[in-house]
Amino acid sequence: MSTTTLLSVPVVLPLIGAALSLVLSPRPAVQRVLGLAVLTAVLLDAVWLLLRVDAADRLVLHAGGHAPPLGITLVADRFSALALLVAVVVCLAVMLYAIGQGSAEKRIENVPSVFHPTYLVLLAGIALVLLTGDLFTLFVGFEVMLMASYVLTTLGPTVERVRAGMIYVSTSLTATILLLTTIGLVYALTGTVNLAQLADAVQQLPAGLREFLGLILLTVLGIKAAMVPLHWWLPDSYPAAPAPVTAVFAALLTKVAVYAIVRTQTLLFPRDEPWVLLLVLAAVTMLVGVLGALVQDDLNRVLSFTLVSHIGFMLFGLAMSSVAGLTGTILYFVHHITVQSALFLVAGLAERRRASTALSELGGLARSAPVVAVLFLVPALSIGGIPPLAGFIGKLGLLQAAVGGASAGVLVVAAVALVTSLLTLAAMGRVWLMAFWGESPREEPDGGSGTTTATRRASGLMTTAAALAVTAGVALAAAAGPLSAYAGRAADDLVDREGYRAAVLGEGAAP
Amino acid sequence: MSAGNLTLSLLVGVLFAGGSYLLLQRSLLRVVLGFALWGHAANLVLLVAGGPAGHAPVAGETTPEAAADPLPEAMAVTAVVITLAVTALLLALADRSVTLRGDDDVPDAVEDALAGGDDRGSMEETR
Repeated sequence: MSTTTLLSVPVVLPLIGAALSLVLSPRPAVQRVLGLAVLTAVLLDAVWLLLRVDAADRLVLHAGGHAPPLGITLVADRFSALALLVAVVVCLAVMLYAIGQGSAEKRIENVPSVFHPTYLVLLAGIALVLLTGDLFTLFVGFEVMLMASYVLTTLGPTVERVRAGMIYVSTSLTATILLLTTIGLVYALTGTVNLAQLADAVQQLPAGLREFLGLILLTVLGIKAAMVPLHWWLPDSYPAAPAPVTAVFAALLTKVAVYAIVRTQTLLFPRDEPWVLLLVLAAVTMLVGVLGALVQDDLNRVLSFTLVSHIGFMLFGLAMSSVAGLTGTILYFVHHITVQSALFLVAGLAERRRASTALSELGGLARSAPVVAVLFLVPALSIGGIPPLAGFIGKLGLLQAAVGGASAGVLVVAAVALVTSLLTLAAMGRVWLMAFWGESPREEPDGGSGTTTATRRASGLMTTAAALAVTAGVALAAAAGPLSAYAGRAADDLVDREGYRAAVLGEGAAP
Repeated sequence: MSAGNLTLSLLVGVLFAGGSYLLLQRSLLRVVLGFALWGHAANLVLLVAGGPAGHAPVAGETTPEAAADPLPEAMAVTAVVITLAVTALLLALADRSVTLRGDDDVPDAVEDALAGGDDRGSMEETR
């Protein structure tokens, strides 16, 4: 077995686990252990990949030994290895939380629980998108991920979830079919879907066609990434899902699409100048998102709008078209995955206490649930960009890149980014005022002596899992030095298109 | 690059146009039909992308020159499976919606209409 075989583990192992888990659905305890075991194995594999890739730049696996363009190519470089590691950590925290909540084992109308199998399929899809080396497998990875997410969104269908599911599935399917059409057009124009071969083939096309392909790829992936003006579906669908599901969606699904945008744009459509269109889109995304967050009355909807807003920061780094900008994007990417999952998990904790996520019905949580308050405060300050938390490091990276580039357009967007940071802080402050300070509008349903020990223990695991997600964010800040250096090397790799091509095509099927 | 098939290309346009019209309807069943048309359109794009028709690409029976390009056809098969599965899921959602609410229309969001006003009382009324 060659070492690169381990590249396929994050995709293959969760799929095998999912199949086993489905068979084991009459035994929820075994399912839980299996899910945790698979995630732990993938986590170890992701750590190994990160260490290997940092030493060897890129790892390539041609599945079945078929050389490109015939076979499926898996490629890990520094960006994808880092993204995979953070994704698996978040998945693990969310799974612990889901087990704690007991939602994982809930049977609906005598149908055995499908949470665990579906969750593992979701991870396989995410890993496939992050590791793939060709456009069609990227599409398949997205589909695997989305199919799992459709099931998770509509688990236990209430009126609200059916409505959210309709919007979410329709929007995603629209993006899916358009992405498929785009792949058809790319194949018609170039005769390949392998990213390494496309990097060269796209450059041979006339400038107009090249620009067109770049724009439709940005559009279809922009729907999945919730880039304004293609964001409308997100705040309408995410909040309806169960808390752990919302957390993993918010943390990973849009970010995976951002990853795909960064990968395709840097590899296929390299730019020397800042990209004005994407700069404008990034600025609009930041502002529309954060202004939406300021007026919502539902905690989950506030968080969904900040999620949209901060997609703009990642696009901003890409739009600068410089190594420094991409470094900022990668730092922000990692920060945002951890912080969003932490915030949604804590929102779930608050919801469990008060059986509501409406800000006007929370209130006084800081006194009645100080642990929840602290767990909320840390990621909230981080997403607002307060030093020394991880959000500050990501924003600092982006702003330094913007000042270093010294182009007027970039500086304007940098100013917008600063304003957005302040407004995000205001939105988080508003949540703090309404939900954590003040008087509790009503008695807690399960407060006091009425709490059974079983519920309390489950909540303990949930709190631990949320604390794990928060700690992951703090750890990023603590490791800021090595992380920034690593992100810099990852950004160098993204720009080094020749290196990518040589790694995928040159060394070929060598074992 | 070979000249594309004009009839198929026009058909793609017609399918996308008809599908778009259906997607904009309120009823989820019509939306599903719209997606079915879109799915066919996307598969035809893949078919056109594969170039002119040829013999079945089976090793030993035809030369590579005379065979049709198998890659886009493999992609189309994958896409058909995916579209089928999502269509089934959407139909299940429509069915659930009829069970829960009596119709399969996609409803408006209450929160959007009330955003900006903190009047919780009126929200309860609307619900």
